Amino acid sequence: MMRFLLLFSRQGKLRLQKWFTPLTDREKKKVIRDVMALVLARPPRSCNFLHWRDIKVVYKRYASLYFCTGLEDQDNELLTLEVLHRYVELLDKYFGNVCELDIIFNFEKAYYILDEFLMGGEVLETSKVAVSVSMENADTLQETMEEYMNRPAF
Amino acid sequence: MSPSVPLQEMIRAIRSARTQCEERGVIQRECAAIRAQFRQADNGGRSHNLAKLLYVHMLGYPAHFGQMECVRMIASPRYSEKRVGYLGAMMLLDEKQDASLLITNSIKNDLSHSNQYVQSLALCTLACMGSAEMCRDLAPEIDRLLRASNSYIKKKAALCAVHIVRKVHELGELFVPAARSLLSEKNHGVLHGAVVLIIELCEQNPETLERFRKTVPDLVQIMKGLVLSGYSPEHDVAGISDPFLQVRILRLLRILGRNNEGASDSMNDLLAQVATNTDSTKTVGNAVLYETVLTVLDIKSESGLRVLAVNILGRFLLNNDRNIRYIAMTSLQKIVGTDHNAVQRHRGTIVDCLKDQDASVKRRALELSLALVSASNIRSMMKELLLFLSSCPPELRAHAASGIFNAAERYAPSQRWHIDTMLHVLITAGGDVRDETVPNLIQLITNASELHCYTVHKLYRALLLDISQQSLVQVACWCIGEYGDLLLKGDCQETEPVQVTEDDALDALETVLQSHMSSPATRGFALTATMKLSTRITDNVDRIRSIVSIYGSCIDVELQQRAVEYNALFRKYDHMRAAVLERMPVIEKNSPGHTNGESTGEAVKDVPTAKMKQGEPLLLQQPANQVHRSDHPPGPAVDCLVSGLSVHAAGTAGGDLLDLLGGFEPAELSPVLAYDKGGVTLTLSCEKQSDTGLTVTLTASNSSDSDLSSFTLQAAVPKSVQLHMKAPSGDSLPARGTAKVTQMVVLNNPNKVNLKMRVRVSYTRQGSPFQDTVQIDSFPGLDSQL
Repeated sequence: MMRFLLLFSRQGKLRLQKWFTPLTDREKKKVIRDVMALVLARPPRSCNFLHWRDIKVVYKRYASLYFCTGLEDQDNELLTLEVLHRYVELLDKYFGNVCELDIIFNFEKAYYILDEFLMGGEVLETSKVAVSVSMENADTLQETMEEYMNRPAF
Repeated sequence: MSPSVPLQEMIRAIRSARTQCEERGVIQRECAAIRAQFRQADNGGRSHNLAKLLYVHMLGYPAHFGQMECVRMIASPRYSEKRVGYLGAMMLLDEKQDASLLITNSIKNDLSHSNQYVQSLALCTLACMGSAEMCRDLAPEIDRLLRASNSYIKKKAALCAVHIVRKVHELGELFVPAARSLLSEKNHGVLHGAVVLIIELCEQNPETLERFRKTVPDLVQIMKGLVLSGYSPEHDVAGISDPFLQVRILRLLRILGRNNEGASDSMNDLLAQVATNTDSTKTVGNAVLYETVLTVLDIKSESGLRVLAVNILGRFLLNNDRNIRYIAMTSLQKIVGTDHNAVQRHRGTIVDCLKDQDASVKRRALELSLALVSASNIRSMMKELLLFLSSCPPELRAHAASGIFNAAERYAPSQRWHIDTMLHVLITAGGDVRDETVPNLIQLITNASELHCYTVHKLYRALLLDISQQSLVQVACWCIGEYGDLLLKGDCQETEPVQVTEDDALDALETVLQSHMSSPATRGFALTATMKLSTRITDNVDRIRSIVSIYGSCIDVELQQRAVEYNALFRKYDHMRAAVLERMPVIEKNSPGHTNGESTGEAVKDVPTAKMKQGEPLLLQQPANQVHRSDHPPGPAVDCLVSGLSVHAAGTAGGDLLDLLGGFEPAELSPVLAYDKGGVTLTLSCEKQSDTGLTVTLTASNSSDSDLSSFTLQAAVPKSVQLHMKAPSGDSLPARGTAKVTQMVVLNNPNKVNLKMRVRVSYTRQGSPFQDTVQIDSFPGLDSQL
């Protein structure tokens, strides 16, 4: 299973953090610091896999953002690269030509999409279409409910 | 979708702050506003406020005051508020917080909500941060959802069950029936979730694993469907149909087939099919192939399949993509123990990967190369490894150096090669080797007696080039001290001849002593080596004496002590100096408590102080035998006596022992003339003490016209005989026989072997030292039985 998923920029700013194991705030900050330092120090065309403490770190750079995740021993690293790619595709489909600013200004949507794709550190839905459909439906529900609630109740 | 305007405005404001201070100001103002809003009654903008708080939290600022707001929002009937509330719960609350218990009830209610999206929020949150108590509470609910709901909820419930099982192992039993039935679903999401759940259940409980083995045919069927099916737009990734599900099923098959012949047999065909049919041009295909290879290697597959798997790994090794090469080496590392020959075939490629630019690949290649070293390829592998060592990144140096040493120790084809290799490593990476390398290397050098000349020349040259690597300098100093005479002799058939004068050697040692790069231990080595040279050179003894006396006032206590004691050796105990500083014996490995480098120093400095202590019988052996230091009886004085004093290595004459202890007893019984040369005569008389014991008294006198000083006698006896030499009466023989020197020797012959004794006479006549040896085969007053 994945232990965490981090998105951060080249300058070291965190854009998204998802933790699949319970850690204290201090531990989380430490992990972020260490992993960021390791990943940002890598030269451009190097291997996408690292070893840090007892977990395997898999990272991929998309434009200005690093997508980085920590795996346990049994997990398939190559498949995790595909998982990261699939997440980027989902974001792209939702936002239309996604860029870092989209994720900054709509971070809660990024989290919702992530929650439709991954759960508990495992892949939840393997079909791109299914994830997009459920996001649309949830968004529609949110808008209609808001409209509904704004009407006078009688 | 309507973006949250207040949220976006705040984000814009924060991003436009030019300094950290300004940003902090903006955030403080916003947080104050949010807190105020939280305290107010329900208004339309609650979700926006919480979203703002979550953004601030992500920047790293404290946001714990939002926890209660999350709880309230989750309980709200509005979906937008629930959504943000649950997101806040996942970000701000974790199982360690007390507030997390408060949402248990809300989650329970939402799990039975009529709207599936609300249910999914609850499931997601439970799977993310559900504590053990919450899991216990809600497990039956999850089980219900696993059975009777739509596929959207089923897949989420399955992964939620996985979380529950990870948290509370005992609840696994609860989910087994549901998991079993989910395998017949068609929806890929549900199927995937079911497989993950089954994997988790099997890993937790071996009995469950037994029960799930019956599902292997079903899994094989599903997998075949995926592999052979045509293009499916919904699940296709670069030509592979649903790789995520395929990899999961392969992993479950691995767990089920491990250590089980039947299950493994039923998988063989499928695995072969997947291995051959999967397109390996893209990463996706390689991911599936990788999982297949791992599965094949882990179950009891037939040999043809295993060969296929290793060949796939071999192909991976030649792939241009670094990632693929990395994982190939990781997998080969796992099987190098069991399928060693198969991996050996790819040794060339692996060794090439040592030269890769990437640090991760290099690390893997190093570990794999070290595992592949064997007696047949040691020379070529070592060449590559040494090349690697000279250019490897610093974090890998220590590992590489110790790996090389281990390999060299196990498979060294010759001693000279071994010594060369160790020297090479010390020169290249001397700073990164472990501490016990120095004594190990010294022990190795003493063992290779025919290479002493070659070794000392090489080390001397290395010392001239660079004195910063402490381990190398320590070994070099030790060798120059020990084998200085060979160094100065100059000719050595193995290296080009170079003339080294005594001054050169002393210069080198002095440089080490004075350099600020030398550690205190290294300087100790250098000082002892300088002292040892005093017996091996002839001209510059005064220079040595002055060096040693300078360090008598050195601020380092260790050096000072050594220097003072060496000084004493020069002044008061000069007659013993030659014996004390003689060649070291061949050192046995693992003799208790000895680190060779240190003991020479300690031994020499302890000798003068040991003069007053009681001695113990020490084993003496014939010249051709090695000395086993560990055999001698324990005692404080013994270490220094044996190690410091000359017990000769193989091939040199006279295994001698100088004993400084005990009293002096005259004993006479028909003295026999044993030696007569140059005016020096030695007579011998014996007295039988017991059935096996004998006391021999040696008397020396000088009938020549010149005084003799530093007169010493040393004796050697056959292996099983024990010898104990008492202190001589004096060490000077004045001319014309005016005084004699007597020395008593106690022998114990328990095995009653034929008694022989070899005696070495050494003295200084008019400033020049003289040595001679005499063999005594018959002892007067002895029966033939003794």
